[in-house]
Amino acid sequence: MLPWYEYFIVFGIGGLICMIGQILVITTKITTARILVLFEMIGVALAAIGIYEPISNFAKAGINVPIVGFGASLAKGAIEAVQTDGLLGAFSGGLAAVAGGIAAAIVFGSLIGSIFKARTKKY
Amino acid sequence: MTELERNERYNQYVEAKIAKTHAWPSLFNAFWIGGLICVIGQLFNDMLIAVFPTLQTESAWSYTLIFIIFIASFLTGLGVFDKIAVHAGAGTIIPITGFSNSIVSPAMEFRNEGIVFGMCAKMFVIAGPVIVFGTVASTIVGLIYLFI
Repeated sequence: MLPWYEYFIVFGIGGLICMIGQILVITTKITTARILVLFEMIGVALAAIGIYEPISNFAKAGINVPIVGFGASLAKGAIEAVQTDGLLGAFSGGLAAVAGGIAAAIVFGSLIGSIFKARTKKY
Repeated sequence: MTELERNERYNQYVEAKIAKTHAWPSLFNAFWIGGLICVIGQLFNDMLIAVFPTLQTESAWSYTLIFIIFIASFLTGLGVFDKIAVHAGAGTIIPITGFSNSIVSPAMEFRNEGIVFGMCAKMFVIAGPVIVFGTVASTIVGLIYLFI
């Protein structure tokens, strides 16, 4: 287990990223799909220029759990696979790195979509 | 009444009807709910490494994401997720929970329009762009690293 203050860093940075997203939602009325793509691309960019790793060592789940980490895994996967597989790695590395998450979402989505019925939203 | 005036009045009507997000409370909620989801992920990751010390860091994070995706899917199925998301806003969209919810929610919604063109096709309404952008961008990054 980590020392207790590490969890405050995780909480603070994770919260901060979500708050930046919420500021975008309030000021620009950005849609869910666009906000996910935007933060994912930020992750890809951070990993591509090589500064994701130090941030991730410091913030841990605070940046790995947000979709930024998903984007960074894609880019890191492609960069690593290029070193071993060459051209093929550029195409296969990214998706291979996040395949677990995507497959889990699809499998659970199919399961839960088949079991549960959508209910009318009450706000 | 001209077309322009009618549009103007309609816009005012829509503006009055849509649920208002109060800026400051929603920022606070996004912060603490988003932060809490990250802390849950960190706790799960730490426990996983404590139980299986031989597990590699990358694999442990994959398991953690799968765990959070499962929890978010299940809560979406129960209808609890939407109730949290109303308050949390980006606090549940930005963590991987938002990706999971964006797949499960339309899957449930369009289930009664059939399995193939209802559930399976509509599942990627929001997740599709995320996967397309991610795949294209990571391939470009890979190609750049190949040639430098």
